[in-house]
Amino acid sequence: ISSTQMMYSSNRDYGTQPQGHNVLPDGIDRTSDSFIRNSKEMESVISQLHSRINQVTQGGGAAAIKRHKSRNKLLPRERIDRLLDSSSSFLELSQLAGHELYEECLPSGGIITGIGPIHGKLCMFIANDATVKGGTYYPITVKKHLRAQEIAAKCRLPCIYLVDSGGAFLPKQADVFPDKDNFGRVFYNQALMSSQGIPQIALVLGSCTAGGAYIPAMADESVMVKGNGTIFLAGPPLVKAATGEEVSSEDLGGADVHCKISGVSDYLAQDELHALCIGRNIVKNLHMAGNEGVIRNLQGMISDYKEPLYDVKELQSIAPTDLKQSFDIRSLIARIVDGSEFDEFKQLYGTTLVTGFGRILGQPVGFMVGSKSEANGIAKAGAKMVMAVSCAKVPKITIVVGGSFGAGNYAMCGRAYSPDFMFFWPNAKIGVMGGAQAAGVMSEIEKSKKKKEGIQWSKEDEEKSKAKFNEAYDKESSAYYSTRILLTLAKS
Amino acid sequence: SNNEKSNQSNRKIDKLLIANRGEIACRIMRTAKRLGIQTVAVYSDADRRSLHVKSADEAVRIGPPPARSSYLNSSSIIEAAVRTGAQAIHPGYGFLSENADFAQLCENEGFTFVGPPASAIREMGDKSASKRIMGAAGVPLVPGYHGHEQDIDVMKSEADKIGYPVLIKPTHGGGGKGMRIVESPKEFVDAFLGAQREAAASFGVNTILLEKYITRPRHIEVQVFGDKQGNVVYLYERDCSVQRRHQKIIEEAPAPDIISDFRSRLGQAAVSAAKAVGYHNAGTVEFIVDTLSGEFYFMEMNTRLQVEHPVTEMIVGQDLVEWQIRVANGESLPLGQSQIPISGHAFEARIYAENVARGFLPATGVLEYFRPVPVSETVRVETGVEEGDTVSMHYDPMIAKLVVWGENRAAALVKLKDSLSKFQVAGLPTNIEFLYKLANHKAFENAESAYDSAKHSAALVAACICEKEHTLLKKSPPGGLSVWYTHPPFRPNHQATRTIELDWENEYHDNNNSQNLTLSITYLPNGNYLIKTGENGLPDVEVTVTHLGEHDFRVEADGLSKNVNLASYLKDESEHIHIHIWHGLEHHQFKQKVGIDLLDNLESHQHQHRNGNHDSGSHPPGTVAAPMAGLVVKVLVKNGMKVEEGQPMLVMEAMKMEHVLKAPTSGLISGLQVTPGQQVSDNTVLFNVKAV
Repeated sequence: ISSTQMMYSSNRDYGTQPQGHNVLPDGIDRTSDSFIRNSKEMESVISQLHSRINQVTQGGGAAAIKRHKSRNKLLPRERIDRLLDSSSSFLELSQLAGHELYEECLPSGGIITGIGPIHGKLCMFIANDATVKGGTYYPITVKKHLRAQEIAAKCRLPCIYLVDSGGAFLPKQADVFPDKDNFGRVFYNQALMSSQGIPQIALVLGSCTAGGAYIPAMADESVMVKGNGTIFLAGPPLVKAATGEEVSSEDLGGADVHCKISGVSDYLAQDELHALCIGRNIVKNLHMAGNEGVIRNLQGMISDYKEPLYDVKELQSIAPTDLKQSFDIRSLIARIVDGSEFDEFKQLYGTTLVTGFGRILGQPVGFMVGSKSEANGIAKAGAKMVMAVSCAKVPKITIVVGGSFGAGNYAMCGRAYSPDFMFFWPNAKIGVMGGAQAAGVMSEIEKSKKKKEGIQWSKEDEEKSKAKFNEAYDKESSAYYSTRILLTLAKS
Repeated sequence: SNNEKSNQSNRKIDKLLIANRGEIACRIMRTAKRLGIQTVAVYSDADRRSLHVKSADEAVRIGPPPARSSYLNSSSIIEAAVRTGAQAIHPGYGFLSENADFAQLCENEGFTFVGPPASAIREMGDKSASKRIMGAAGVPLVPGYHGHEQDIDVMKSEADKIGYPVLIKPTHGGGGKGMRIVESPKEFVDAFLGAQREAAASFGVNTILLEKYITRPRHIEVQVFGDKQGNVVYLYERDCSVQRRHQKIIEEAPAPDIISDFRSRLGQAAVSAAKAVGYHNAGTVEFIVDTLSGEFYFMEMNTRLQVEHPVTEMIVGQDLVEWQIRVANGESLPLGQSQIPISGHAFEARIYAENVARGFLPATGVLEYFRPVPVSETVRVETGVEEGDTVSMHYDPMIAKLVVWGENRAAALVKLKDSLSKFQVAGLPTNIEFLYKLANHKAFENAESAYDSAKHSAALVAACICEKEHTLLKKSPPGGLSVWYTHPPFRPNHQATRTIELDWENEYHDNNNSQNLTLSITYLPNGNYLIKTGENGLPDVEVTVTHLGEHDFRVEADGLSKNVNLASYLKDESEHIHIHIWHGLEHHQFKQKVGIDLLDNLESHQHQHRNGNHDSGSHPPGTVAAPMAGLVVKVLVKNGMKVEEGQPMLVMEAMKMEHVLKAPTSGLISGLQVTPGQQVSDNTVLFNVKAV
């Protein structure tokens, strides 16, 4: 069992450090079979990933896009692109959420989330994709929305909600509505963030029905697009059912009503581009009183830094797709840290775990890297580590580059330990144990059960059962499975 | 005091006032400076910050923008000369340059007039008188009427006698102002009255002469120079056969296809003409050659240094302004006739702010971007403007003169084409493209291939925009977040894309014909851009861009690498950014709607337009709007009046040119509010014609 994870933290003063960290060696043999094999295998894994991403970026498909655009609406990623500073980067999160999760397709879980700059201020974007099931909230949609809010709250990022949604997906309302981490939590988070001075900005670009109506209502500032944007707790059909009154959606909760009469919305936009323009202005004018320190701390650290000495592209040739193969995690680190400089901590002790200090984009970080696993072994030591990871009050980022199994997952800051970010490589796996081991355990149990019942289990049947279990298990522990249920945010 | 005055005039000029503006003022100052002579500029309020003011050692304000209150105001100019202690006044061309009274006034006030004697100006300025003198001196004349009798019926019968087409021309002035060609007897009266009005407005005298209009003419003019000792030489001829609206646009020297015998006959005739009026200083004798018969006739003599004098300078290797000053100082001509060399061939193209699509109407506006071709021994650019200057409605809309020299006509033509293709102006419409096509002697590109080349240009524009943005972001990333502005921009597991929409403005169609191009740009991992030009567009093209400097790019596309220049600017009150691109021999012009990414600096504009009821400038049918900024001279119709299609309705004047607005359709006039003397801006609604 191998647990290969890294954790970065940023709380160390480098002012007193001697100049020049230890520069890691290149560490790879480009002519070796494993290098060539890994490179080839990873390439196919990556190309599979890209084709899946390409699929989800098509949203709800050509027909739905055409209908959407005929209403003078932009697609959610286009909306985000136009809100972002021109030519800036965007860290989209959980792109494959909902992937093969339900019987119907739910590309990206029907909601686009991610981080990018507006006027040089990093923001969290949360955008409904109305081309996917009318932008309604499936359980995974809610989960993704809440996850984005959680990150925003932790990183103190202004939230931009691009609202174009029919509200909860009614057939699944039981899994969407009532529980703690269900739909209601969205507004709870908005209220808390707002109270903490984290700006909440809603752009109503389409429907905003029922519970969804609270998104703009709870926002600090909100914008509505004339003609397309509507806000109501109960839509025209419900009004008619309840009171018999027939009313158009525009008259019931259009932009005019909410900007001129109810006051729910603050800005009236003539069209979608205008709304996005106002959105940018709102962010430009945010003065984030009292938070400047935090923001500056996060942003100011990235100044002058050295690129890694070795080709970053070679990362894909280092980690094997066969997780039973071992490799030197230091050659990965050498391609991630500034100048490939890494001060290894306790290098000689507990050599299956690599720890140390380096910088990423100028920002000091600490690494904890399970190189050859086994860290899950000893319960007491493992428990200490889990405690240390849980209680460390530093930003934590987990990148799973191989297997993350059992207690190793806990000790290396798995999802349950609330890392600030958790990324999966497409070859990575997560599970209580490896598939083969799990199958072995399961067949032992089955065998003894059958024995009690006096049934003879043939070797052949046993192998068949093992293989079947193994397959299902491997699927569930794959990166795709993890990301579709939002254990992880992205694969890179 | 008589002694004092003659002492003054015997003294060499050490301070010269230039009673002009624009490129000619700058050009005269350049020579004066080389000769160590101090320069004094005069300026109207419109020219306070002009290049000619900045170029002078001293500058004196002489009045408000209208020429008659400033550059035509003799007393203010004399006062300026007195104030600054200049001994001499150079009038340039236009304005007071051919005003005998002014020349006389200068001499009377003790200033040297750098130009011919007042008597010669007077005699040559009166076209009828000059023809009499020329006739007496044996110089051949075109059939015509040059009489004092100006009664319209007499004029009409004279015109009928000469035979149509007949040319109507003011006896005073030049430059084509007030000139009319009358094709048939029934057009005569309107044309005659219009010519009279324009003549009065421009020159203060409204007498008219008539001439046979030669259908296949060739204008050839001869540069002459005389000194105060009575010597006159000719500096060969110039050809000005490319004109439009009677304004010369491409000139050359020497005239092509002329044998040296004809050249010296012309030259001798020109010298005789000058001597007949006791001429000294620079002058030009114009002849019209009937290409069918090979005869040449005296047309007129321009008693000034002409706009196109540089082409002569280029082939004789002399500085004519220097000659003017030396002759004005009383020196003899620097060279005798046999010593005057002739070498190679020169062209001059006049670059105007004008709207080619709207029938070459003069245009006004700001030179948002101005990059003339680099000058060299063989390429001259004479200009009086700089980037950021305004071409106003008050004066001539000429932006620059491009002068090139080559060993022979073909070599000069190659240079002319090359220079025109590199002459970059954006902010207002110009005739550069038109000149280029003229120089190229080829039919306008057909619309389809022009559209394709515009699409390719648009792809390059898009790539350059992205690259330029990247350069700016790299230099100063917003919020210092450099890692968020990497190139290409990061997207997890896919590539960033963007859409740029451009409206192509076809210079040979009216503005309404702009075509929308939607470009999709994908940022490729290698830093290149993959540009898709829409469904029916060209094949996708991968573009590599290197940003060399502010406006300069090196671009590689389809295996072809070349330099690209890009100029963009925002016209006030507009929702669009105007973008010009020059690459190879191509120039295209686009408009980009002010998008979300560009709005940040332009919010006031955007909001003003979004919130206000901004009219995009298109009017309902039947509306007659001012085709340019100018003065309403005459209103020929009244509200409620019934008019026929094509009937003259209103006369406007701009840049001293009259434009008659005709009824677009038959119908009833309504909404007429303008009155004669009123200044209107471009596109102002003047009235409506309602169909009945």
